[in-house]
Amino acid sequence: MTDAPAHDPSEASPLVEARGVSLRFGGRSVLDAVDLAVRAGEIVTLVGLNGAGKSTLVRVILGIVKPDSGEVVQRPRLRVGYVPQHMQRDPVMPITVERFMTLGAPAPRETLQRVLDEVGADPILGHPLAEVSGGEMQRVMLARALLREPQLLVLDEPLAGVDVTSQSDLYRLIAEIRDRRGCGVLLVSHDLHLVMAATDTVVCLNRHVCCSGRPQAILRHPEFISLFGPHLSETLAVYQHAHDHRHDALGEPLSIEAGSSQQPGAGGRRT
Amino acid sequence: MEDFILRALGGGIGAALAAGPVGCFVVWRRMAYFGTALAHAVLLGVALGFLLDIEPIVAVFAICLLLAVCLLLLERQRVISVDALLGVLAHAVFAAGLVMVAFMERVRVDLIGYLFGDILSVGVVDLWLIFGTAAVVTAALAWQWRNLLAVALNQDLAAAEGVPVERVRFLFLFLLAAVIAVGMKIVGMLLVVALVIVPAAAARRMAATPEQMAVASTAIGIASVVAGLFASLLWDIPAGPAIVLVASGIFAASLLVPVRGQSRRDG
Repeated sequence: MTDAPAHDPSEASPLVEARGVSLRFGGRSVLDAVDLAVRAGEIVTLVGLNGAGKSTLVRVILGIVKPDSGEVVQRPRLRVGYVPQHMQRDPVMPITVERFMTLGAPAPRETLQRVLDEVGADPILGHPLAEVSGGEMQRVMLARALLREPQLLVLDEPLAGVDVTSQSDLYRLIAEIRDRRGCGVLLVSHDLHLVMAATDTVVCLNRHVCCSGRPQAILRHPEFISLFGPHLSETLAVYQHAHDHRHDALGEPLSIEAGSSQQPGAGGRRT
Repeated sequence: MEDFILRALGGGIGAALAAGPVGCFVVWRRMAYFGTALAHAVLLGVALGFLLDIEPIVAVFAICLLLAVCLLLLERQRVISVDALLGVLAHAVFAAGLVMVAFMERVRVDLIGYLFGDILSVGVVDLWLIFGTAAVVTAALAWQWRNLLAVALNQDLAAAEGVPVERVRFLFLFLLAAVIAVGMKIVGMLLVVALVIVPAAAARRMAATPEQMAVASTAIGIASVVAGLFASLLWDIPAGPAIVLVASGIFAASLLVPVRGQSRRDG
């Protein structure tokens, strides 16, 4: 963090930028002329329905997949912390949480413990990786990413497997990390409530970029409304102003993913 | 002890040294079937080796590597699953090997040896090749250990963190092809994958770290070679299958051992 840039995101040059990225899988267009930039100190959230290409775009931006056309420009020697959507762990490899974390960046035990504390994980350094629960694993992955002192933090569905009451904590944590470390954050999320509360820029993806901008502006954008429905858009707009306290079970109108109920809405959070 | 027995012992131990840690990665990355497919190229390699007058081990290594690269490239098409692809290519190269061998008197006579191994025929040149391979494999593993582990855990994560995933994967295929080429001399084409994965699988329950598992796998492989070879001399049974049976026995016994690195401990 020696070179933590200025906090006003608009001033800094992007940490990473996708320009006109297109990708096809077996003749089917997955990404179509997508532009996206993440600057230091900025939280950019990708939203979109299942199959909109969110995870693919993340993989392109990280350089894991090469686009068919267009380019991705990373700042030279960019340090990336990545939390993939789902990490399969196989008990056939005997490895502890500690070893898994230091594989990304070597660090003494105290540092590991401190970063685990920072993300609110239990002291599980000595536990076998395969035995860590899904929600706890997301925190371990986040801690492991932070250990690398990332300039860019990329989180693909960080709430998968995290129980509802912890989701808002995790989001607050992500915003805190950004504030404290000044890193750029690229986030993929289903949960529009959270997106609207803790994001600088929302990018709405449906193979191409439907619309992008500040959360309040996005809510009124016709493409966003046609994609997610007017009801949700209104709910979120109201929701924006209302809450400075917690709720338990507000999530009903939130089934934004047709046929998917894996992530009911979280409780309210400060805006 | 007779010279040929010493050479057999040396060759078997050398092959086990190379196969032990490589086998762990085969198990971790669920590549057992991939290894089996590569082993099907052995016969084609042997036949080509005779045709071109190259050492069988070297020819088999080259053909296995070629097949591995073909599989890697074909994996990129997304219509036919990797599983089916392995099945197609493995049997195609096996059939090609059988057809070629049918024309070659010399290889046809030794066919059983290539299918089930012929450890008692290990020669001095074989010994050099086997121990050279073991040295290269060990050095390469030590050099790229961290990257290999990272790729085995999660390829996307490794790629995002700057690990050259494609190069590491290719290096591993190179090592696997080398292990199959030397292992084929010891236990034969049909059993060589057992020499690779059975000791590694048996080692899992005794290990709490990846390194412990690699060392334990190697030790189990060596013990299997020694015990299998002596059982073969004592009771006049084929050596390759005897070695694999001993390793399998150790695996079965390991199931009775409580798993290390699985009980909860404080961090």
